[in-house]
Amino acid sequence: MTVTEQTGKQLTIALAGNPNAGKTSIFNHITGTRQKVGNWPGVTVEKKEGQVRKTGRDLRVVDLPGTYSLTPFSIEEIVARNYILDENPDVVVVIIDASNLERSLYLATQIRELDCRVVFALNMADVARTRGIKIDAAKLAELLDLPVVFTVGNKNEGIEELLKEAVELAESDYTPLQQRKVKYNKDLEKGIAAIQKVVEETLGDALPYAVRWTAIKLLEDDNIVKERILEKAKELSGKVFQEAGRQRQLLMERFDEEPEILTTDERYGFIAGIVKEVHTTAIQKRVDMSRNIDLVLTNRFVGFPIFILFIWAMFQATFTFGEYPVAWIEALVSGLSSVVNSVLPESLFKDLILNGVIAGVGSVVVFLPNILILFFCIALFEDTGYMSRSAFLMDKIMHLIGLHGKSFIPMLMGFGCNVPAIMASRTLESEKDRILTILITPFMSCSAKLPVYIVLAGTFFGARAGTVIFSIYILGIVLSIVTGRVFRSTLLKGVDAPFVMELPPYRVPMAKSLLIHMWDRSKIFLKKMGKIILLGSIVVWALTAFPRHVDYSMDYDAEIQGTIQKYDAYRPADGVEVQQGLTAKRDREVKALKARKAAERIEQSYMGRLGKWVAPVFAPIGIDWRGGVALLTGFVAKEIVVSTMGVLYAVDDVDEPDALEKALAASSLTPLAAFSMMIFVLLYLPCLSTVAAIRRETGSFKWMTFSIVYTTSVAWVASFIVYQGGRLLGYA
Amino acid sequence: MLLSEMKEGDSATVVKIGGGGALRRRILEMGILKGSHIHVEKYAPLKDPLELIVKGGHISLRVEEAAQIQVKAETRT
Repeated sequence: MTVTEQTGKQLTIALAGNPNAGKTSIFNHITGTRQKVGNWPGVTVEKKEGQVRKTGRDLRVVDLPGTYSLTPFSIEEIVARNYILDENPDVVVVIIDASNLERSLYLATQIRELDCRVVFALNMADVARTRGIKIDAAKLAELLDLPVVFTVGNKNEGIEELLKEAVELAESDYTPLQQRKVKYNKDLEKGIAAIQKVVEETLGDALPYAVRWTAIKLLEDDNIVKERILEKAKELSGKVFQEAGRQRQLLMERFDEEPEILTTDERYGFIAGIVKEVHTTAIQKRVDMSRNIDLVLTNRFVGFPIFILFIWAMFQATFTFGEYPVAWIEALVSGLSSVVNSVLPESLFKDLILNGVIAGVGSVVVFLPNILILFFCIALFEDTGYMSRSAFLMDKIMHLIGLHGKSFIPMLMGFGCNVPAIMASRTLESEKDRILTILITPFMSCSAKLPVYIVLAGTFFGARAGTVIFSIYILGIVLSIVTGRVFRSTLLKGVDAPFVMELPPYRVPMAKSLLIHMWDRSKIFLKKMGKIILLGSIVVWALTAFPRHVDYSMDYDAEIQGTIQKYDAYRPADGVEVQQGLTAKRDREVKALKARKAAERIEQSYMGRLGKWVAPVFAPIGIDWRGGVALLTGFVAKEIVVSTMGVLYAVDDVDEPDALEKALAASSLTPLAAFSMMIFVLLYLPCLSTVAAIRRETGSFKWMTFSIVYTTSVAWVASFIVYQGGRLLGYA
Repeated sequence: MLLSEMKEGDSATVVKIGGGGALRRRILEMGILKGSHIHVEKYAPLKDPLELIVKGGHISLRVEEAAQIQVKAETRT
């Protein structure tokens, strides 16, 4: 029995490796469904961890972000490195793509340099075998002085042994052999030694990391290590930095290269030596399926048509097939509300439950089928390797807007619904690209805005409605391009993330991994969005429901009562038909009264007052206070704009199909004002669910607020230009 | 010549990697080093980016990034 077995202390195992090395499938096999998905603190990189009891111990398995290196360029790399340095996991498992040994070993040697306990998993051993690659694991283990295990992640082979080795290593009193780490050339080693000496002398115990590693990082001018030293030993750090600078200068003069380039070169040299000894490729002409697939999928002529077909299929699946379960959920929600309606007595509480909670939460839950399907499709694209091909195809176009090829899919999804679109931006690796994509996605006109356009354009533009709506969509696209370019050169300036991107071999996806992927992300959607939306809907409900006492311009209840009595008292003897006609007439009149009452209610509610209060803001863009209130309620969901307009313009017969159109046509609204309002609806603040998604995916209130302010300002300015410009040109 | 001037199906050896900062280091880290053997697998349908085979892996680069890499073309076999 070992110490850990007796004490029951938890062992932490961190999984590291290149993207596409099969890290996720190994993680899924170890943890099964007991996973916690969240974000790494302060950044929007997905953090996955799972707790399991295996080999008689409690294991905490942490999936580090997939990276190619540990240089602090991308957040993923910083997160992975800091985790190993600061959290000191008991053991780090480096997942190595056996069919791509040389590049995988680059990350592995860097992790080796961090002085932690490392186990290598030579993954995808089967792929390597079929490619005629042989790896001498025993030799590799000896050369690097660490355990090496063959695994086939997607077939669950070798995982038990991997865990066994990892646990054994974690519980041993092993210290890595210094001589089995990367040894640099004489000049570099001299530089490292010189810095090491100064570091030891001046910093001593204050140093947070291993001395040699610190010296190498200082030579590489690593900003994070420098900051950390500055934090730990402010007054002593000057001397260290001075020495590091001096050594860098010396090396640069000698080699005409930055030291970090030299170390990279040397590491690869070290790796080349290892690879030569452990790796043999059988000389047989192998058939590379992946290359053959790419002959078609990224073909000059058919590549784009096939891409468009796939995207079309994803769109169809998400928004057309999704409609069926959406309809069921809608039915369920309305069923629930009618049950509540009949069970609860008429009260404020009932109103809150019905129009606040159920309506609000219902509006989120209906997105679930779309989200599930979308994430399934995205997981499919990612797991097969097609996602990077789509970026390869689209990059030229997206680069014109200052974006990465991968931004295309989120932006396209935006036409369906912004919520999944913004969540799809997770596939982007660079945070700047991600934020920029998130900021411009709301300009893609989502499907919920369409009913508003249809009503307004249908009423005021008749036969030209289609053209008008199309122009609105185009305006959204143009503004997103402009926004992209402007932000890229101002707010989110900085070096473009280099497009150096791997095109991994195509793989048959695993159902389990697809489902876990899909469910994880959907769960986040439900949990986090649910809270914000519930709160938001209750606020909007309260604004429209209060104050309770309204001074109506007439006694509607008495009037309604009177109408009913009037008709009921008059009972002609002649025939059923006349009586039916009278009953219908009575109902129409009662409905009209009720509608007028509701309109007055809203007018006097806080929401109505708010609408009147902000009316001066909307006046210059041709929207009256009713339109203003409709737009305000549209914050919950854009579809609501139509129903609020219905209430405010006192549409008496909701059953009549074009009642709202008639009411609008009779109102003071002009075609120009309607066009202005459509533009405003296109551009102004995203709906509550989208705002919640933005908050979640950017991980900051700052970007969320910025997005709200920016979109609304753009909306106002655009509408102002169109409305006032139109008036100047004589369209009223 | 520059890597960006190479045609589909050409092979070459890397002579020098220019550019600076993150880009240069990233290129190196992906295994494109001085002396590495590279093969231009294809250009994307819109002529940018291009796909390379380096050390057995497929990597894509933008043309502007490839223009930072000097290569010595190998005669086709």
